[in-house]
Amino acid sequence: MITVNGEKQEYKKVTVLEFLKTAGYRLETVAVEINEEIVSKRTYETTYLCDEDKIEIIHFVGGG
Amino acid sequence: MKVSINGKQQEVKSKSLWTLKEEFLYGATRAIKGPLITIYNGFQTDEDLKLDEGDEVAFIVKGEMPSKEELEALMCARHTPSVHEKVKKAKVAIAGLGGLGSHIAIELARTGVGHLHLVDFDIVEPSNLNRQMYKIKHLGMYKTEALKQEIQEINPYITVEIDTFKVTQENVLDLFKEEEIVCEAFDKPEAKAMIVNALLEARGDIKIVAASGMAGYESSNEIQTKKINKRLYICGDLYNGAKQEWGLWRLE
Repeated sequence: MITVNGEKQEYKKVTVLEFLKTAGYRLETVAVEINEEIVSKRTYETTYLCDEDKIEIIHFVGGG
Repeated sequence: MKVSINGKQQEVKSKSLWTLKEEFLYGATRAIKGPLITIYNGFQTDEDLKLDEGDEVAFIVKGEMPSKEELEALMCARHTPSVHEKVKKAKVAIAGLGGLGSHIAIELARTGVGHLHLVDFDIVEPSNLNRQMYKIKHLGMYKTEALKQEIQEINPYITVEIDTFKVTQENVLDLFKEEEIVCEAFDKPEAKAMIVNALLEARGDIKIVAASGMAGYESSNEIQTKKINKRLYICGDLYNGAKQEWGLWRLE
């Protein structure tokens, strides 16, 4: 199991990039942290999620 | 016993607030005409409280303009003692000076945050006036300069540094290299994500307060402050953006 934004999900071996695309996020408007470490956008394609990971996807919407 | 009165450490004989007030009135070198309010360790009171060594007391004469030296002490009289010293040392940058950033800057100035760094490329135009902290006299001015002017009239005891640039991937690390705290108050989601990613990656010591979903018309009760971790806080409902027909306000 992994935890995404506080909610448990089944673990699948995918990259951050694949995970974000499947979940429907726009890459230009997110920041991703795994176990409290920011994931560099340059490594989305090569970073795999691990079982038990705690993932925070911060999704920015407009207005400020 | 030593207590601080209106920002000055003084040796006093009084053991309680009311007698200290008598001492203050008696020692005053001017006629005190206005009503006096008493603030004891950050809290306004009418009670005759017992004084202890190191207490901080302010007597404010309503309607009287204090001296420049006294004004700063009186302005921060409602801070809990030691809080003012702490915020006065803080350096905070505000990225984007629109509906969020202009308010953040003014409130931090009122709180007495000692060093503010204001960053925005834009100029003040009429449609800003319905929600941003600018005035008609600021139309056409850079937001950085207009806001610096406003802050000087609210709290002249803090330093304000301004940078009138558009923040980009190329200059972001140069622009925000000194602050401990950055408030992200941009409008566009791509710019928000860019600054948060860049600073969290490059600056291990930084704290960011960012906003997502503070605008747009939806229930205000959904708005929250979420601590993602010790370096990142997000304010907003994280969901509803401002968009066409779904702007800042809406008639049902």
